Parts: sequence; C-alpha cells; structure tokens
Amino acid sequence: MNLAVRDIRHNSGRFVFTTLGIGLLLMIVMGMGGIYRGLIYEATLLVDRVGADLWVVQGGTRGPFAEVSRISASLEDRVRAVPGVANARRFVSHTIQRVHQGRPLRMVVQGLSWPEDRGGWIPLVAGRALRQAHYEMIADLSLHLPLGEKVTLGRDVYEVVGHTLGMVGTSGDGLTFFTVSDALAIQSDVPGEAVRLERAARRSRLENIEIGRLQPLLLDRAAGPSGSIPALSKPQVSAVLVSLRPGADAAAVRATLENWPDITVFSTQEQKDLLLSGMVDKAKRQLGLFRVLLIIISTIIIALIIYTLTLDKIRDIALLKLIGARNGVIGGLILQQSLLMGAFGYALAWGIGQFTFPHFPRLVVVEPSDLISLGFIVLIISTLASLLGIWKALRVEPNTVLSA
Amino acid sequence: MSAPAVEVQHLRKVYGSGHTEVVAIRDASLTIARGEIVGMLGPSGSGKSTILTAMALINPPTSGQVTIGGEAVLDGPKALVDLRAFRRQHLGFVFQKANLIPFLTALENVQIALEVNDTAPKAARARAMELLDYLGVGERAGNLPVALSGGEQQRVAVARALANNPSLILADEPTAALDSKRGRQVMELFAKVAHERNAGVLVVTHDHRTLDVFDRIVDVEDGTIHERAPSQTVKSS
Repeated sequence: MNLAVRDIRHNSGRFVFTTLGIGLLLMIVMGMGGIYRGLIYEATLLVDRVGADLWVVQGGTRGPFAEVSRISASLEDRVRAVPGVANARRFVSHTIQRVHQGRPLRMVVQGLSWPEDRGGWIPLVAGRALRQAHYEMIADLSLHLPLGEKVTLGRDVYEVVGHTLGMVGTSGDGLTFFTVSDALAIQSDVPGEAVRLERAARRSRLENIEIGRLQPLLLDRAAGPSGSIPALSKPQVSAVLVSLRPGADAAAVRATLENWPDITVFSTQEQKDLLLSGMVDKAKRQLGLFRVLLIIISTIIIALIIYTLTLDKIRDIALLKLIGARNGVIGGLILQQSLLMGAFGYALAWGIGQFTFPHFPRLVVVEPSDLISLGFIVLIISTLASLLGIWKALRVEPNTVLSA
Repeated sequence: MSAPAVEVQHLRKVYGSGHTEVVAIRDASLTIARGEIVGMLGPSGSGKSTILTAMALINPPTSGQVTIGGEAVLDGPKALVDLRAFRRQHLGFVFQKANLIPFLTALENVQIALEVNDTAPKAARARAMELLDYLGVGERAGNLPVALSGGEQQRVAVARALANNPSLILADEPTAALDSKRGRQVMELFAKVAHERNAGVLVVTHDHRTLDVFDRIVDVEDGTIHERAPSQTVKSS
C-alpha cells in the first residue's frame, strides 16, 4: 500500500498548490538555463551562418564583435590575391536605433558585399534576396516589418524585400541585411548641418596653411563632398570575410595574412570564443547565480511543506510506529511525497515552459541535456528536502498517539 | 498449559529524580491468561496508563520484568527483543479515540497493520475484509474514517488490533467516546475476541456499566495493582 499517494490524495489541495509553486520556480530555473543557451545561440548565429573560414579585422583589435574594427574596404582585393583564398567579402555590422511609425526600431545592420554577395546564404522564410545595389533590405521577423514596408534610415528609404526567422544579433536585436554601401551610408549618415559645419571646418583649416593660401582652388574642393577629395580615405568596413578554396591549407593562408602588420586574423571558432568569453560570460554567471538561488529556494519550500505535512501526520506516524511499522515505511512515506512533489513540479515546469518560452522576449533554448541535468537536480533537492521531515518523523515516540 | 498472554512482575516506574522524582508505579504485578479479559480500574493518576504503556512496550519501566506469550521482553528499561517488531507481531492496541489514519479507508487502516507485518497486499486485503465483516463494519470498508460513526471507527480500530492475531490486546478507555449502547457493544466485542480468538485482553476503563463483561477486575491505586475479589466483580455477583 502506498501511503504517500494516499496522503497526497487526502491533502490534494495543498499538494496541488505547492506543486504549482514549485513548478513555476523550476520553470524559471529551466527558462534561465534556456535563456543562457539562447544567448549563446544568438551570439554565434551570425558567425555560424555567414560561413567564413577566416575573419580579417583591424590590426591589434579583437574584431567587430569585441570592439570597433575599421579596415580599408580595398583590403578585400588584397586578400583575394592570397593563394588558397577562394573569396573575400567586406563585412559591415553595427547596431542602430531609429524611430519607425512612432515606435523605436532597434536593429543590427549587416552589409552584404554586393554584387558578389546578394544574401543567397541567408535563410529566407518569405520574400527574396537583394536584387539591386541600393534601397533594399532583408529584415528578421522579430522586427515586425512586413514585406514591402518602406523604412526611412538617414536620408534614404529602404524597402523590405525578404524575411528571416530567428536571426538576431548578440544583444537579441533583429538582423537586417543591406548592401555594404547602403550599410555604410546608414552608419555614416549625419545631418546636413553637420556636413556643412565639417566642410566649413575643412575650408578654415586649409585657409590657415600655406598651400591653401597659394592654391585658392583647393578651398572649393575642400568644401565639396568628401568622396571627391582624394586625400580623404574611402569608407571603411568592419572586417573582411575569407572563404578558402577546397583543400587549401588554412594555416598557410593565415600565416600569409598575419604577415601584414595592419590586420589581425581570426578563425571562425576564435571569433565565436571571443564572443562567448566577452559578452556571454557575465550573463552566464549572472543567470547561473540566479539559478542556484532559485534551486535553493525551491529546496527550502519543498522542505518546509514536507515538514508541515509531516507535522500534520505526527499522530499517524506515532500510530504506525506503535503498530510496528519500520522506519523505512515511515521514511519512505515522506521521501516519496517529496519526490512526487519534485517530479510533478518538474513536469509542470516543462509543460508551462512549452507554452510560455516561445513568448519570452529573448530566445529560450532548452536542450535535452539541460532537461536531464535539471531532472537530476530536482531528484537531489527533493531528497534533501525530505530529510528534515524524516528527521522529525523518526524522533516521534509511539506513545505520542496516547497523549493527545 | 499455554503460557500466559502477559505477565508483569514487580514493575516500578519513576519519572525524574531528586526533588522532581515522581513514582508512577510502585510495585505492580499482573498476569493475564490467554482467552481472558481483564478490566483495570482506578482513579486518574493512579498509574493505569503507565502500566498499560509499559506492557505495550512503548514506555519501559524503571525496573521489573515483562513477559509476553512466555517470552521475556523487558527487564527493567532493557529491551530483550526488538520491541517494534515484537509489537507488530504480538500486540494489538485500541485507544479512547479510534486513532484511525485519516487518509486511509477503513479497509486500508486494517490492511496497513498486516502489511507492516510483511503480509502480502492481496492476502492483507482479504484478511482485513474478513475482520471488518467479523466486527460488523464490512459494508463500510471503503469509507474514510471521517465518514464513519464513533462506534464504527472503534470497531475498525478493534479490527486493526486483531489483524496479526496478537496474543495480547491492550485497550485504553476504548468506550470513553461512545454512548452507553455503543460502549457496551465494543466491550462485548472485546470479550468475544478474548474468548473466541484466545487472546489476552486488558481494558483500562472508568465505565462501571460494562464491568460485567470482564472475567477479572484489578484496581490500581498509588501505582500498585490490587486484585479484586471474585465476589466484588459484577459478573460474579
């Protein structure tokens, strides 16, 4: 006869509400683990999908995901010339926050190296890849921009022509894909007044040096568009992505590139490691701490409920001892109740999570290994939680039943 | 001739020490034969319950011996056997309150006493049902205690006490919570159990209306047991 089940049936209300509370706590524990997994997934998503073998970034920096990296766009051509390199693409990535239709719109802008890269590698769920060099964009569904939507960014208007699903940046903001030139235009967009002030400053600086005084025509050139001034550098990109030829010796290509003092080279795995150790590590520790605290709270709650359930049964336990029940029967009653509470709470956590996790603002990824490890944790905390009740029960004297 | 159901000799029980010392039992000796029902009477605080709990092996005496079914069980506070195992195999208990486990049905309350004594669940269930039928509450087997009347609960408690065919049944004021009619029924039940099942039964009671069911009556006063003369028992008179 299973005493634990019968007692639970008798105290079903208390058991159900306690289990519900435990379930919600465990769901948060499960969710926090899932958020951590989601952070990793989101952080490495772009690096994984972009499909580069090597990342060439500004010398002495850790690349665009760690800090500002600026390299000349022409580096793309230098890289292409290295034996073993099949392809090199410019990479531009930056986050912007603008207002669209009265609401804030935060997105990660990615530049595609048009015309070689039209976004064919991007997994679209609707629409199409880019077809023209300007004014088209692909947006993730999380940005809630329908196909055909016109979005004003800077002085230009871009049309949404394709949709991705679940492609977000390291901070959880939806990815958008433009041509590199559009991405740079969006990045370097400044108000007209700022442009005028910059041109005036250039003119002023030139007027104060000898060459400006000797060649007055230069003053007109200095006050013109930046692109028409040879002395000014072309817009720079964040990185150049390198794809190797099949069978190419990656180490040799890398060694060649690393001989160039103006750049630093990372493998895809190194970029991912930098991302994870930099951005995700603190979040991991923070979430881990919360998980530990919640597990401790769950243990205490289960222990207190089991203890109070035991106190309610003191006379029954005394009676069981009086009629000769072994300690194993009494301890088993309490342990089983605790385990059942943990097991039902765990199942509830999983069930509720199935419905709620997809609605969380950040991606929640719960993997089978996480479920198994949490199951073991629940098993352990349920066992620990029962110890207080068992301790109390084993101290009950059989003659307690006579004293009431 | 079979051994007595229980034999206690020179029991003494002292609580505390020095200034706080209280002598609950001074020198108590009693023998109850198998098939005999004995009533124990006495004023409150006379030591009845202390003697009963000593015989129930849940409150060992300071000195004296307890022998049950011919087997020496206690020598003073020293246990000579595994007391919990001995209780489940040889003793049955009934109290003023039925003390049924509230989350078990009447049938399960009896069944549990058998299962803790290693009876297989199926056999335990059959035996429990048989006992409930024997005591006239078979039709209430599936009810929780809360749905049973006081008399029915006490019958279930008696069934539980009988479950393992004990050689000794100890009852502590089993009719105190019952009306006179129900109280008499329960007392007659004990007599029936003692005589038909050859068990020794000791009933601590204050209820003088049912003394006629006892084969023998003992009085407890100031921690000592006095055998009442046969002419003083209601049954003999």
